[in-house]
Amino acid sequence: MTDSALQSKAPAIVQSDESEGMSYLESLPRRLVTLYLPLGIILFILLFPFYWMALTAIKPDEQLIDMNTYNPFWVVHPTFKHIYRLLFETQYPRWLWNTMYVAIGATTLSIVASVLAAYAIVRLRFKGAETVGVLIFFAYLVPPSILFIPLASVIQAYGLFDSPLSLILVYPTLLIPFSTWLLMGYFKTIPYELEECALIDGASRWQILVKIVVPLAIPGLISAFIFSFTLCWNEFIYALTFLQSTPNKTVPVAIVNEFVDGDVYKWGSLMAGALVGSLPLVILYAFFVEHYVSAMTGAVKE
Amino acid sequence: MSTLQTSVTVEAPRADAPSLWSRLRVNRNWLGMWFMLPAAAFLVLFLAYPLGLGIWMSFTDERIGRPGIFIGAENYQWLWDDSIFWLSVFNTLLYTLIASAIKFAVGLYLALLLNRHMPFKALIRSIVLIPFIVPTVLSAIAFWWIYDAQFSIISWSLIRLGIIEHNINFLGDGNWARASVIFANIWRGVPFVAITLLAGLQTVSPSLYEAATLDGASNWQRFRYITYPLLTPIIAVVMTFSVLFTFTDFQLIWALTRGGPVNATHLMATLSYQRGIISGRLGEGAAIATAMIPFLLAAIAISWFGMQRRKWQQGSNND
Repeated sequence: MTDSALQSKAPAIVQSDESEGMSYLESLPRRLVTLYLPLGIILFILLFPFYWMALTAIKPDEQLIDMNTYNPFWVVHPTFKHIYRLLFETQYPRWLWNTMYVAIGATTLSIVASVLAAYAIVRLRFKGAETVGVLIFFAYLVPPSILFIPLASVIQAYGLFDSPLSLILVYPTLLIPFSTWLLMGYFKTIPYELEECALIDGASRWQILVKIVVPLAIPGLISAFIFSFTLCWNEFIYALTFLQSTPNKTVPVAIVNEFVDGDVYKWGSLMAGALVGSLPLVILYAFFVEHYVSAMTGAVKE
Repeated sequence: MSTLQTSVTVEAPRADAPSLWSRLRVNRNWLGMWFMLPAAAFLVLFLAYPLGLGIWMSFTDERIGRPGIFIGAENYQWLWDDSIFWLSVFNTLLYTLIASAIKFAVGLYLALLLNRHMPFKALIRSIVLIPFIVPTVLSAIAFWWIYDAQFSIISWSLIRLGIIEHNINFLGDGNWARASVIFANIWRGVPFVAITLLAGLQTVSPSLYEAATLDGASNWQRFRYITYPLLTPIIAVVMTFSVLFTFTDFQLIWALTRGGPVNATHLMATLSYQRGIISGRLGEGAAIATAMIPFLLAAIAISWFGMQRRKWQQGSNND
């Protein structure tokens, strides 16, 4: 249903954004109470943990635990000590690199497999294509929480235990169903006539896919790529189960396991770790908001 | 001479019937198979096979480092009498029900707010989604610090305001811990619900509201008789996803409480990890994981009915 959403979203946005609709009927005080106040409260709650995370990451230790001398909502002499320690005295750069490597590897594999699968389901319409489409949708609904134990023994049997490669091979099971559905929606919007012309001119299916369909579906590919990348970065249970040795861990697993000692001063480095681990995704998101939103809504609406 | 002869006999049938090779390249069923091969390989090797293997393992006494033998339903009988398992089932249902209900209510409310006309609309919409972008574990770590027993900023603020006397032991007391993890889950889930419902809201034509207003409909009537019916199918799908992911949640709990205090926040997924990986009883862990499947199937069945009714805009039939 992505295509219909795409087709219909444009006029809907025009309607709702260009004209004020009936909003001129409302007075300002009324809008303050019914719109800005509740929205402000919700935004405050949604953003406060990030403010708190960033603030703690740059707070000197003595201000962290002394909440009476210093106002805890502000920082007096910000320090980069925590971030410096994180980057130069722990294996954090290594974990960041692992996460990036796994995310890019798994995402690339999934996108290639999904482009092929989505094209086959939508345009080749082989016997049983619809059934395969439904099966892939169901694969989307199988959660990692019920698979990690058997997968651990599969990974062990393949000799991939404690290797980032195991994650690169396993994450596509989370990403392919989602990307395939998203790309199916995009491929449906590409006019069939273009492919017919190419077929008459003697192009093979492979040439049609590479030279016509993929270039026209670039926005969809970017959406799928970014969303998949975020999912990889976020994944936890497989990484926790499959990776044992400290240098091989990904950022989420390492933060939960490596920073948690009894130290009362751990909070500075913990928050710095969480902040630095979130930043790449937030920056990526800032550049591709539209793609991200269309990926999320597209995947849910099919 | 003889080689030439054989090559001729091979060439001959190609003239009337397409050879196997050209059939493999051109026939759309074969082509479809080639194109599906990479995705199918991943999904069969690392999804379908482990799914079956997990169900099989739940009937064995496999441990880490030792292959298991078939022991029938012994794991399940053991779990049936295990009060911690039933506590985890109760926790999971409680967690899922409360978190999903509030996520739905707040998400729908936020979507309706975001759908209104206001300055910086696009910016506000993108900010709302940030909790969903940041990896769950990393935001859970921030919540861990917010919920700290000694230095919680919430306790500090409430004491300063004179509402409470002592620090709240957010993650140390059973019911407080439940409430805390549910709140963190809602915090992360609301943006997803809100933004997807907003996408549905944007497809509702404003002229419907204008017509209803002319007919004298109140705010509530406009929501009840226009917005809600048009949004029902997408609500069904979004909430199924939300329920499914809440039900199988693992990372938030693991980062915040690891199931504690005294198993008060153990979900089935975390208990399965605890028993299967940490204690090494893979068979028992697999049995707990398998016990989640009936619940998931129920959720998927609801999703299926939602999808049947999903000709929700323009009467489109683009499947």
